[in-house]
Amino acid sequence: MTPEELDQITETERERQSHITQRVNVCVAAGCLSCQSQSVKDALDQEVTRRGTKDHCQVKGVGCMGLCSEGPLVSTSNGVLYKKVEATDGAAIIDSLEGSPVSRLVCPTDVPFFQRQQKIVLENSGVIDPDRIEDYIAANGYTALIKALTEMTSREVIDEVTKSGLRGRGGAGYPTGLKWSTVSKSVGTQKYVICNADEGDPGAFMDRSVLESDPHRVLEGMLIAGFAVGASEAYIYVRAEYPLAIKRLRNAIRQAERVGLLGSDICGTRFSFKIDVRLGAGAFVCGEETALIASVEGKRGTPRPRPPYPAMEGLFGQPTLINNVETFANIAPIIRNGGDWYAAIGTEKSKGTKVFALAGRVENTGLVEVPMGISLREMVYEIGGGIPEGRKFKAVQTGGPSGGCLPTECLDMPVDYESLAKAGSIMGSGGMIVMDESSCMVDVAKYFMDFCMTESCGKCIPCRVGTYQMHRILTAIANMTATEQDLKMLEELCDLLKHTSLCGLGQSAPNPVVSTLRSFAEEYRAHIQEHKCPAGVCDAQPVGETA
Amino acid sequence: MPSYVAKPTPPNQDKRWKLVDATMRRQGQQARGLIETLHTVQEAFGYLDEQALRYVAMSLRVPLSRAYGVATFYHFFTLKPAGEHTCVICMGTACYIKGAPQLLDAVQRDLGIQPGETTADKKVSLLTARCLGSCGLAPAVVYDQEVAGKVGTPAVRERLKKWMHA
Repeated sequence: MTPEELDQITETERERQSHITQRVNVCVAAGCLSCQSQSVKDALDQEVTRRGTKDHCQVKGVGCMGLCSEGPLVSTSNGVLYKKVEATDGAAIIDSLEGSPVSRLVCPTDVPFFQRQQKIVLENSGVIDPDRIEDYIAANGYTALIKALTEMTSREVIDEVTKSGLRGRGGAGYPTGLKWSTVSKSVGTQKYVICNADEGDPGAFMDRSVLESDPHRVLEGMLIAGFAVGASEAYIYVRAEYPLAIKRLRNAIRQAERVGLLGSDICGTRFSFKIDVRLGAGAFVCGEETALIASVEGKRGTPRPRPPYPAMEGLFGQPTLINNVETFANIAPIIRNGGDWYAAIGTEKSKGTKVFALAGRVENTGLVEVPMGISLREMVYEIGGGIPEGRKFKAVQTGGPSGGCLPTECLDMPVDYESLAKAGSIMGSGGMIVMDESSCMVDVAKYFMDFCMTESCGKCIPCRVGTYQMHRILTAIANMTATEQDLKMLEELCDLLKHTSLCGLGQSAPNPVVSTLRSFAEEYRAHIQEHKCPAGVCDAQPVGETA
Repeated sequence: MPSYVAKPTPPNQDKRWKLVDATMRRQGQQARGLIETLHTVQEAFGYLDEQALRYVAMSLRVPLSRAYGVATFYHFFTLKPAGEHTCVICMGTACYIKGAPQLLDAVQRDLGIQPGETTADKKVSLLTARCLGSCGLAPAVVYDQEVAGKVGTPAVRERLKKWMHA
């Protein structure tokens, strides 16, 4: 593949698309597929075939359009978005291409949910066909790779990423440029790039959506990273629970190999790169980088002490760059538009945009991409559309089992790495779950502790035994059998786990407890002193059946 | 000193072992291919039994204890055959908030089994998932690979009834 050949593909594809005057895009990402969007697409296809307008009317399966709760979603070339479409609506939608919209299905797009978003990572989601590399190339795909390979040195690529201020989107927020620079300076016979697509946080589905909607963007980011740090082999570690993402990813890799964007001597340079998919097998701890490396090596996913960091000694003992899916998805636009362009978005310390998976007790659930620094209130009430059934907001949970619950007082806080950490939560990978007054915070803390207890790999004692003890106390509180002494013990354990656990799982396991103890202490008190659950979730257990 | 151990032969004539062999070959018959190989075995046979673990461990030259360790460490692998149908209830945070525990309760009562178990007549297996990533459609349930969103207790009961009396 040479730059000229890429231009050729772009031109052929654009020429092909220029004949098409009418477009109907149907979301075929996992969310809408589970609402039967495939049958909607088939019905639309049949309808177009029946009318014999196939030459200028195109029905295309595209990635996620964001508003998953209203699926299946269909968008048309005259700028209308339809929600909750059924297979029987096919004819009406095709009719509407030459007339007025089908009003009963119209989903208004002039609402904050769509207007407040700024799409960089998701720019192609819902627009291109994830199964066709030509579609991605026609949307300026792989131009950033060509630019990096033919016009830039690896040092310049790293400088550009550093300038952009991009920080790891997996949760911890380590500066990406710094990580790349460390790996590029490390000495090894072979360097590796790993993409962490083991999206284990319950309530987060950003990475799945990116892989299902725009897999080539991730490959391009990995290729650029490989060029920058001097790696020639890469792995994508993806959850086995995401069969559709795996299928599209494997297909994308095959296509890129076929046109010569993966393989040896890419673009006539001496850069060679190959990407392999590795399936995770359902272990939350494998999101931790050293555990992930052990898993890629075919072992049990247990972490090891750091240093040495994977940047020095990672996969098979060699320098390894590990980044998250969303981090890699940001790379191509940064190289295409420059680091300064990216750094102009967001706040002083948290640059760019972040994709959030908005879920729970909120009107609009789905995927949103917003600039960093937006307030939680805007997220919940404007983009999220507020709490359904006129209930009252109670808390928003970010960061999954490693994060915390933010109460009403935090609503006006900007969403960036530092503010969230100061409030006792973390950015995490981007899951954002809204809770209303029907959720009991003790129950939520117990839920997350149960998660950490089951997911603890068992290697270090503070995590293995500590999470069990904390879960036992939380169960006792939920059953109204706990004493003040238990509460004190719980607080001590929080401190112990945080400071003595081996890896992030154990160190952050107390976060949900600490944050709820801080903001919702009265609920704990009500359970312990008054034997009452204010939200009415926990039941008092008869004596003798307690934990 | 190089060891000259003959490559083990598959436990039986089943054609599916060819798939397993192909995966191991792709991984260069090395220990690092253990998880990938177990995925192939589970996909082909539905679960990992002792003879499969022994065969894979011998072929990749890893101790049986390590193969067993990996197979039991990861939730995705199962050592028992599943029932005719499987019902997976998502217990992710969004589903939990929106009533997945009540769903699970109802199913447990109807089937008389705990998550991870199969009914005595081998008709239905009940499983829970950490998170399916279908949080926008919480609570989510997977009936035989097919994801259903916004599931209510009556709907899940209905489906199970159909399976049990099929």
